[in-house]
Amino acid sequence: MEPFKFIRAQDNNNAIAAAAVADAKFIAGGTNIIDLMKLNIEKPHQVVDINALKLDKIETLSNGTIRIGALVKNSDLAYHPNISKNYPVLSEALLSGASAQLRNMASVGGNLLQRTRCPYFYDTSYPCNKREPGSGCSAINGYNRNNAVLGTSDKCIATHPSDMCVAMAALGAIIHVQGAKGMRSIPFADFHLLPGKTPSIETTLKHGELITAVDIPVMSFAVKSHYLKVRDRASYEFALASAAVVLDVQGGRIQHARVALGGVGTKPWRSTVAEKVLTGALNNEQTYRTAAEAALSAAKPYTHNAFKIELAKRTLVRALTTVGGMS
Amino acid sequence: MNELVGKPVDRVDGRLKVTGTANYSAEYYPKNVAYGVIVESTIAKGRIKNIDITTAGKAPGVINIMTYKNSMNLHFPQSSDPGGGKYAEKDLLPLQNDRIFYGGQAIAVVIAETFEQAEQAAMLVTADYEKDKPVFDLEKNVEKAYKPVAGLGGSQIQMTRGNTEAALQNASVKLEETYTTPVYHHNAMEPHATTAEWNGDQLMIYDATQSVMGSKNLMAAMLGVEPEKVRLVALFIGGGFGSKGFSWPNTVLTAMAAKLVNRPVKLVLKRQQMFTNAGRRTQTIQKISLGTDNTGKLNAIKHATTSESSFVDEFVEPAGVATAMLYSCANADINHSLVRLNKGTPCPTRAPGEAPGTYAIEAAMDELAYKLNMDPIQLRLVNYNEKDEQKNQQFSSKNLKECYQRGADAIGWAQRNPKPGSIREGNYLVGYGMATATYPANRSASTAKAVLFPDGHAEILCGTQDIGTGTYTIMTQVAADALGLPIEKVKVKLGDSSYPKGANSGGSQVSASVGPAIRAAALGAKSKLVKMAIADAGSPLHGQKEETIIADNGQLHLINQPDKGETYSAILNRHGLDKIEVLATTNVSTRQQQEANPAAKTGAEAQAAQESKSNPAVQEDEHTDRKPYSFHSFGAQFVKLRVDAQLGTVHIDKIVSVMDVGKVMNLKTAKNQIMGGAIFGIGMALMEETAYDPNDGRVVTRDLAQYLVPVHADMPEFDIQFIDKPDTIISPIGARGIGEIGITGITAAIVNAIYHATGKRVRNLPVTPDKLL
Amino acid sequence: MDDLQNQDEKSSGRGSTRREFLTQITVAGAGLSFAPLIVNTETKVPGSQLSVIQPVNVTMVVNGTKQTLTVDSRVTLLDALRDKLMMPGTKKGCDHGQCGACTVLVNGRRINSCLTFAAMCEGDEITTIEGLAHGDGLHPMQAAFVKHDAFQCGYCTPGQICSAVGLVKEGHAKTDTEIRELMSGNICRCGAYQNILEAIKEVQAVKLI
Repeated sequence: MEPFKFIRAQDNNNAIAAAAVADAKFIAGGTNIIDLMKLNIEKPHQVVDINALKLDKIETLSNGTIRIGALVKNSDLAYHPNISKNYPVLSEALLSGASAQLRNMASVGGNLLQRTRCPYFYDTSYPCNKREPGSGCSAINGYNRNNAVLGTSDKCIATHPSDMCVAMAALGAIIHVQGAKGMRSIPFADFHLLPGKTPSIETTLKHGELITAVDIPVMSFAVKSHYLKVRDRASYEFALASAAVVLDVQGGRIQHARVALGGVGTKPWRSTVAEKVLTGALNNEQTYRTAAEAALSAAKPYTHNAFKIELAKRTLVRALTTVGGMS
Repeated sequence: MNELVGKPVDRVDGRLKVTGTANYSAEYYPKNVAYGVIVESTIAKGRIKNIDITTAGKAPGVINIMTYKNSMNLHFPQSSDPGGGKYAEKDLLPLQNDRIFYGGQAIAVVIAETFEQAEQAAMLVTADYEKDKPVFDLEKNVEKAYKPVAGLGGSQIQMTRGNTEAALQNASVKLEETYTTPVYHHNAMEPHATTAEWNGDQLMIYDATQSVMGSKNLMAAMLGVEPEKVRLVALFIGGGFGSKGFSWPNTVLTAMAAKLVNRPVKLVLKRQQMFTNAGRRTQTIQKISLGTDNTGKLNAIKHATTSESSFVDEFVEPAGVATAMLYSCANADINHSLVRLNKGTPCPTRAPGEAPGTYAIEAAMDELAYKLNMDPIQLRLVNYNEKDEQKNQQFSSKNLKECYQRGADAIGWAQRNPKPGSIREGNYLVGYGMATATYPANRSASTAKAVLFPDGHAEILCGTQDIGTGTYTIMTQVAADALGLPIEKVKVKLGDSSYPKGANSGGSQVSASVGPAIRAAALGAKSKLVKMAIADAGSPLHGQKEETIIADNGQLHLINQPDKGETYSAILNRHGLDKIEVLATTNVSTRQQQEANPAAKTGAEAQAAQESKSNPAVQEDEHTDRKPYSFHSFGAQFVKLRVDAQLGTVHIDKIVSVMDVGKVMNLKTAKNQIMGGAIFGIGMALMEETAYDPNDGRVVTRDLAQYLVPVHADMPEFDIQFIDKPDTIISPIGARGIGEIGITGITAAIVNAIYHATGKRVRNLPVTPDKLL
Repeated sequence: MDDLQNQDEKSSGRGSTRREFLTQITVAGAGLSFAPLIVNTETKVPGSQLSVIQPVNVTMVVNGTKQTLTVDSRVTLLDALRDKLMMPGTKKGCDHGQCGACTVLVNGRRINSCLTFAAMCEGDEITTIEGLAHGDGLHPMQAAFVKHDAFQCGYCTPGQICSAVGLVKEGHAKTDTEIRELMSGNICRCGAYQNILEAIKEVQAVKLI
């Protein structure tokens, strides 16, 4: 790890000012950035500790929106009664990620910026366009069992690893950020970027901008929702495939649907095509299957991960079946 | 007297371990200690053209950087015998030249004032290579296979009897299938760690090793110093599973680095480095051919294993050896082939050979049973043997039928519907599977010292070690019983090369090897005490016969007159002795070949040999005729599991292991060992696999997020049972080792249960969800 | 005092001291001494934009004792405990948050100390395995681990115990399945999981903590 200057920020402005220098990074939970710093993947020379900032509250706004402070710990969000009762998909997604200890550390803001677990990104002795733009992608023709099948490019096939983000994509969260030029809000769908030709640029967050909060807009039917994660072992592992599903079923028909996939996409994969199939359709297995086929229709397999396409379909069908069967 | 052996005694080192005061090898703080970090090669084959340490050398805190250019010359160790210490890479001493034989090979050691500084500087070392094309894919290079002459320690690995080809041709029912296992890594929780300090030409070294004696001998040989000038200590070892059995480059590199900077050095492998620099279980390709008559009676067994070794040493995973003795069959052909690859050297991993081997043979037996339309247990009973037909020796003790019966009862075998895919519960398919477990019962020569003190406590000293198996505890039980002392009055000291030579922790041999030596030393000490009392006019036992005197709770008294006697303390104090010491060597080995070059016995060893001549316990033990016997433990593994029919995930509900391992020394630690073995087997069967880059042959899955070992949520309910019949032939304590047998058979039982659940036979481990879609 | 001898005495609470350690091979200065907390802060770091090692002051309460350290900003809480405060009870198994051996309680919550910079712990209360018990007795979780043989090699054990204490306090695990899931951040390669479960259940049942 390279040496860095450690600064304890006292408030938002203070933090933003300190992070303005070119090679500065914020640190909150530290669970991802310290991991990456130890491997010489992240090399900030100024680390701004934002844990003293007052961004650790979960509030319900007058319009019913839930505002989650960026420093709220994953575990606190997962167990918050409003979330676990009204947005089970988010609670389940959070609790399926990492371990109890890591969830006690990881912040909501940090989780939005979680970086891929592609083994070649993690090993600096291999070329990786995400880590070192222009060096090449070792995964495309390498060991790619855990890589993505959706949203890939010829420069990068790294999977987005977050579970929380998949649920937030389904819920249409809004991300609030503050920078030197003031505040702005970013709809969830506009936050993460596809790798395209520039896989090293992962979000629309600008350098020095501080994530302050995430809003979960009111979605009364999200009370019937579910996150299903499939992996090689029962816990403490990233997804092979996962699905976040919210369904509003009235009189045997699906009125509203939200679908997002994890473990298969280069970003948290909201599937509007699947939602389109589901919306207005009969609430039955045939519909679920058609939606799953649609969700994966653009999938592209690589040497070792073709199974993910079928697995993701089945995962989505199962999640839809579970939510569609909720009384 | 209340015997301690057999009781579920709490671990004597438990308090240290739960309070964080048990110190492992990285947890010593010599004054002025520096930190070492290994830099690894990033190619799998070639040579170093140029290694640039200029930038790294200027980094803050760097004391020196050791490469092949400035490292001390090492000497090739003579011993290739694990008993005498085995260096893992016979032909590649670290940092001696510019050649690269595998990815991750050590090319430099950065030594700095702090760990953080050493880490940073290690990342600044760069090397230019002359790259060569590596050979790394076993399956693509099987044509390069050769037949090794022998396995570890000269063990037999190419075995035949009868005419297998002819018998296969004449068989009424035949099964021929190939089973594969991937590369597995041990991943003990404690990374390999060493702290080394020179004092002139003397070396003190704390090393995470399964063999304090072997590691000490190797360090002396490689560094070119007298063995008596090296002291190696490993009081606590954070698991080994084979990875700390051979000595890897990190240990000698730490000693070399300490010499180079003339300061103590601490060097701990990073978890990532444990995937390249600390051994592995090889990939195996196992072709099984079975032939039977119409009743299921086997008349041909062929088990052909192809596995891999490195270019710098030869290690054979003896996957077929258990097959040679497991069932009654007139014709057998057991052979092993090796392909050399540009990977680090493989080494023993928990039940080397038997773990992957029983997977293949026991999965094949399950397939055969379905082919014959027979119950899998019935097939095994039809082919049950009472003797080792390969060696033509009877088993010292075998109660496998009882294992099958008890296991079947506990899992509900008879109540299941045997038809594959027939049991459905919601989204799940339920399956039952079973397999036979087996592991050889090994024993080797060991020496121990018993010391009685005037305050009434005793110490046992033995240069073996407790890698977590419970040796401290079990040996305390053995010694306390033999000495007639309560457990809290006996202190067993292990893990120090300055003690008499004990066995290495490999091959499940410690209990059976060290136990009898400790028992004999303890009995010898007690006998000395008795003789002193008899000869002493001041003793109430003066003039009594030795056989009328018993020892209990720190006192000697007459058998039929408990009030006539005295305490041990009284005897020692009256004689003005500060201690009574007895050394005993039990020179018994069940191995096919004795150690290649047993060192000339000097000093304590010679004294122990002398003292042992008049020790009745040693004499009786050594005079037991073991030649007619084959020594093996057996067991039955039963599994009940659920497979998600759509998603392919497997959850094991219950594991029943019924083990015939001789005398169970401590039910608590024994159950823990068997469960631990089964959990290793769950990993093998369902999730563990080391992946290599298909283009350059280096390890890709090199951390615990990518190499998956079982976690708590994967756990089933366990029912661990023991037959608990002492094997009086292997040793007077009656125990055979139990460190490895738990992992054998379990993997097959799991895949057999998956077949029963789904009707899908997966022959390439691990059975991950993608293989069941 | 010599470390090994010290450990020996701790391990026995009885018996003779291991004088032979010193008589057989004398190792000068194997004594407990503090490694340098910060070295040479002015040295240039070649090839990096920032050229000096950055010391940070941090004050935390470790097992009830206030500790003020000046550390290289890169030092993790885990390495500060093990190498600066000489409290090696907290273990390093993977150094990347993938095994749980480094679990400690920070302000009562279980976390991975390997993924926390010491500098982030300003004002925090840290409880490690060395600080769980009060006085000579064992903490109920420690006692239950011994009773149920909830370990073998002992290397993951401090992390398991701290994690288990955190789990009980969190109060989210009511069933065996929930305990198993919420203890999955602590890998035990020896495979003592079943016994760990039994130990936790016993402590939970009698509401000892």
